[in-house]
Amino acid sequence: MLGIAIIRLGSLFAAVMLTGIFSLVAAGLYVSMDAVDVAFTEAAVGGGIATMLFLSTIALTTSQEKTGGEVSFPAFFIVVLTGIVLMYGVSDIPKFGDSQAPAHQYLSDRYVNQSPREIGVPNMVTSILASYRGYDTMGEVAVIFTAGMGVLMLLGRGFRNSARRNSPKGNSPEQQGKVKL
Amino acid sequence: MEHHLVLRVVAKLLIPMILIFALYVQFHGDYGPGGGFQAGVIFASAFILYSLIFGIENARSVISFNLLRILSALGLLLYLGVGISALIFGGNFLDYNVLASNPLSGQHIGILLIELGVGLTVAAVMTMTFFVFSRP
Repeated sequence: MLGIAIIRLGSLFAAVMLTGIFSLVAAGLYVSMDAVDVAFTEAAVGGGIATMLFLSTIALTTSQEKTGGEVSFPAFFIVVLTGIVLMYGVSDIPKFGDSQAPAHQYLSDRYVNQSPREIGVPNMVTSILASYRGYDTMGEVAVIFTAGMGVLMLLGRGFRNSARRNSPKGNSPEQQGKVKL
Repeated sequence: MEHHLVLRVVAKLLIPMILIFALYVQFHGDYGPGGGFQAGVIFASAFILYSLIFGIENARSVISFNLLRILSALGLLLYLGVGISALIFGGNFLDYNVLASNPLSGQHIGILLIELGVGLTVAAVMTMTFFVFSRP
């Protein structure tokens, strides 16, 4: 429902607000599933930072969606097909809390029983993320670093020069022109 | 936002608490929910709140852009460094058992250090992204 509302809304500002609300609701859902760490991340990143970045993007561009443009049928077909395949895949996922799920057969058992002795950290999520899955987390940090560098390369052009000038009124003429545009 | 007195007062009260909470989440991640990623995001949100209320120029004079770039690389390097120092001490890559005399405290030191690396990178990258996006 929220998703349809977000798609149908012409005003991008309202759409951004709705995505923020959706993130908060999702965080509540994760708490009710006892996944507090994930809920924490969702509330901080989805509800906070992502909303903030969307808003500053709107400030850089425009707050109204461009209307018009006809529906492309091959694209529509591909989207619907992907949706059907994804729904088919979802039907194969074990139910929430199913004790017969493959992940609960030996893996959870091993972590729950062995990690206090091997790692000795009370929060098991931390011990899995940081120690058992250390490579994965390292990859994630590298991804975040690379993403930051990518944003810097795309948008940060001339940033250092304006930082070096560092006076509030020190805008060059072409920068002022850009602001007016 | 010069004239929003209520916002300024509330932000001044909130920002130190947000920073302290971020540090708590960072270093208490072993015992409670949280960890480097969440702590980094919370830490960055304090800077973002500051620059929303008091202006981006003031925020840039608090923490310079170059420092952010260095910090974001430093976090990743710290993570890699822990992995490589485990190699040097005779274990596998990212095997924290060898970092101290007994395996448990080695794991503890390793996890604390890599979480610090994650937190540094995330906080620096998030703040940097916001600065770049909100360039005047």
